[in-house]
Amino acid sequence: MTAVAERPVPVGSSGPPPEKQRFRLPRWTLGLGVLVVWIAIWAVTKGQDTLVLPGREHTDLHDALTGFRDSVLGSRDTNPVIQLTYQLGESFTSAVDWLQRLVSVPDFPRPVPQIGWLGVTALAAWVALAIAGWRTAVLVGLSFLSFGMFGYWSDSMDLLIVTFVAVAASVIIGLPLAVWVGTSKAANTVLSNLLDLMQTMPTFVYLLPIVLFFGIGASAAVVATLVYALPPIIRIAGYGIRSVPETTIEATDAAGQTAVQRLLKVQLPMARKTIVVGLNQTIMAALSMATIASYVDGPGLGKPVLDALVKNNVGNAFVPGMLIVVMAVMLDRTTTAASERSELVARGGGGGATLRRVVLGASALVALVLVYLSRTYGWAAEFPATTWGPWLSERVDSFVGWVTATFGGFTEAVKNVTSDLLLNPMQSLLAESPWWLTGVAILALAWIVGGLRASLSAVVCLAGIWYLDLWHDAMITLNMTLVATLMVMVLALVLGVWMARRRGVDLILRPLLDAGQTIPPFVYLIPVLALFGPTRFTAIVAGIVYAAPAAIKLVADGVKGVSPNTIEASRSTGATTWQEITKVQLPMARGSLVLAANQGLLYVLAMAVIGGMVGAGALGYDVVLGFSRSEEWGKGAAAGLTIVLLGIMIDRITRAAAERSQPTR
Amino acid sequence: MLSCSVLAISACGSGSIADQTRENEKKAADAGNCGDLNMAVNPWVGYEASAYVVGHVAETELGCKVDYKELKEDVSWQGFGTGDVDVVIEDWGHPDLEKKFVEDKGGDGSATDFGPNGNQGIIHWYVPPWLAEAHPDILDYKNLNKYAKQFATSESDGKGQFLGADPSYVQFDEAIVNNLDLNFKVVFSGSEAASIQAFKKAEADKEFLIGYFYEPQGLFAEVPLKAVKLPPYTEGCQDVPAEVACDYPETELKKVVSTSWAESDSSSVDLVKNFTWTNDDQNLVAKYISTDQMDPEEAAKKWVEDNPDKVDAWLKD
Repeated sequence: MTAVAERPVPVGSSGPPPEKQRFRLPRWTLGLGVLVVWIAIWAVTKGQDTLVLPGREHTDLHDALTGFRDSVLGSRDTNPVIQLTYQLGESFTSAVDWLQRLVSVPDFPRPVPQIGWLGVTALAAWVALAIAGWRTAVLVGLSFLSFGMFGYWSDSMDLLIVTFVAVAASVIIGLPLAVWVGTSKAANTVLSNLLDLMQTMPTFVYLLPIVLFFGIGASAAVVATLVYALPPIIRIAGYGIRSVPETTIEATDAAGQTAVQRLLKVQLPMARKTIVVGLNQTIMAALSMATIASYVDGPGLGKPVLDALVKNNVGNAFVPGMLIVVMAVMLDRTTTAASERSELVARGGGGGATLRRVVLGASALVALVLVYLSRTYGWAAEFPATTWGPWLSERVDSFVGWVTATFGGFTEAVKNVTSDLLLNPMQSLLAESPWWLTGVAILALAWIVGGLRASLSAVVCLAGIWYLDLWHDAMITLNMTLVATLMVMVLALVLGVWMARRRGVDLILRPLLDAGQTIPPFVYLIPVLALFGPTRFTAIVAGIVYAAPAAIKLVADGVKGVSPNTIEASRSTGATTWQEITKVQLPMARGSLVLAANQGLLYVLAMAVIGGMVGAGALGYDVVLGFSRSEEWGKGAAAGLTIVLLGIMIDRITRAAAERSQPTR
Repeated sequence: MLSCSVLAISACGSGSIADQTRENEKKAADAGNCGDLNMAVNPWVGYEASAYVVGHVAETELGCKVDYKELKEDVSWQGFGTGDVDVVIEDWGHPDLEKKFVEDKGGDGSATDFGPNGNQGIIHWYVPPWLAEAHPDILDYKNLNKYAKQFATSESDGKGQFLGADPSYVQFDEAIVNNLDLNFKVVFSGSEAASIQAFKKAEADKEFLIGYFYEPQGLFAEVPLKAVKLPPYTEGCQDVPAEVACDYPETELKKVVSTSWAESDSSSVDLVKNFTWTNDDQNLVAKYISTDQMDPEEAAKKWVEDNPDKVDAWLKD
């Protein structure tokens, strides 16, 4: 559904060797040629063979998929696989339940949990102190206090618990797979396609099957979160293990080590930092599932967000949504600081060990005293009610009311202009052309941009999309994705360059970008709906909010990575700032720009389903329909698979383009 | 959810934890034979109103431990067979789910029809009140084409826009538009929130809007939408989806429950069986929740205290 995990760049994957430079037409002229021919044929064939399927109709293939689901559902009392997974689900539920009674819900007959807020906060801060240092401990302490101050202590703890259980399971399953991916090329190829599927398949498609196999509530929430949070750790940790320098391995192999020794003594320790980055991304991905998990009664902060959405109440959705962001930032900074610290300790730094032991011992005693208090006294067990939450949600409500009243007319105009000038003409070309014309045109463009391999991927994906009977919807979704990505790239270029050149801007923007990436879209859907109505443009705005942060960060990092010597050289020739940016920094960072476009496209596509909930129709609507009405499940599944195929096709084409444009370093 | 659990409401935040623990143990020993009641809460405010009123009575009068589970319809029905869900308090008719789960419809028998809950589900094509007032003739479908241009939006390809709704509901609007030769295109809002927002905005900004909507719904307290007359519903006129050219029928909303729970000896079974109330009742509680921003528990408590006679009728055996 949503992809917070940034895919690592596959360095050293089997890309084509850099081509020999010889004279030929620049690629963009070829692309333009394809476009001109396409438009010429479209002008005479428009409206034929567009394979339109009305919103509430489905085909035999969709019925066959539904029938398959029904037969599995019909066998639920006798099917041994379901019996087994159900047991597994029960164990997740009981783990979550046990932890809930420990820190978040009353452990009957006690009127309060076993450990109250004071004790939990103290313990969390102590853990942060032990693994990451005192700055992080303060951050963690304050975050936990904010959960209580805004009145969502119990929901916040629930979300932490579900995240913790899902991430623990991800590590147990993911690390062995990461080792496998890191040490075997074949495994890497096979698994990476499967991981693509897991990351791009909209969650709504597999929520109902998960309920069927694992039950409702915490178990379904944990499994749905697991499916989505597992890929980053496998990918990133695997990449880390793969990138341990050959020379190091050869040198230690010469000492006659076994494969196990090589793994434990060389590969894992040397990849430690990358593995922690993988863990960090897995945690972020898990948190982004908070609201989706509440669709199957998963406990956590997603619940109040969805509740507020049902009542069209922005303010009430904002507060828990903001706390999800607080939690994400807290966990992100903690894991990052912990990884830096472990690196320091591993290299023999990290300050006096004796002093550290004394400090940790003393603070552990304090924490234990606070735990005791929170088990005994009501005030330390149950967070006192404050007016902070209601106060903030009222402020947000009136602010949103003011914004929509003030800018409603302006935003309506923006939406209409964008739709008339960009969305509608492009959609007409993509979706109103006969399917064979659009297909051939996409293939030609794929070949020009990405070469032979990219066009082979495109053939397979287009054939799949055609087979799944939702061609017309797929083209409408593709069009929205392209328009949104265009806007994301404009934002990314402007803000990314600005961030790279000004440290102050970077410091101010980063937290905002983190918030954009982690705040559940359900929080800002209502105001965006109020501004733009139920339209494709609303979906595009949601896509931009979610995708722009990743693209901006990538562009900023790419521009920062341009070697200072080159910039110095250009300055000495008297280049203006504008020339410096356009002639030196951006061309040198071309690889990052294409990667930013790749991530932007995939992130926008991840929001397709949300788009379906706000009037954009197309594949997103089909997926929500499949989740909402049992007889349409097959259509939803077909739409989900179509989204996956679109994602893979876009990914392969842009990645091939990135490899081609990578300047030799 | 609630900062103080209902059980400990009297002593919340004060007194020692040990005292309250003893009190709770005593209370648990005195509780009747109800046990746990798993109440599905489907995502619309009217449903929430019914669920919490029944839940509140079960908790206070019968000593049940009510667990509210926020789920959409399909998931709720799947939960009957697994013991995750006991009661769906407001069902708008799901023939496909009945085929899978209701015994005499060919299902596995995990779901049981528990009869009407007194609410009438009304579905129509609606326009915002300002429009009905400014152009009264718009309330007849025959005149819609006259106004098609005004209904056009950036999404409707130059035709008038008809706003379809959340995909959870049975909708034949594409067929109706087609078969009545209306110059309109159906654009699906995709969620109830989007539809409500659109109607609110249309009323506030005096915009042309026509769309699928239904009662009982809390929105009517704020924006009393006006229904557009379609060819009247007759028995069987919606049997073939592609040929539908008539209005939607009134639906008798009903309760659907888990068979194994219905056969248990829980005292909450009779309560759910007897539960029935009117659209006005539901709209009032829905207004408490959405407009007055009351907590659903509080809203239910208020209504139950104000309507002792109705509640007593449900508790009679």
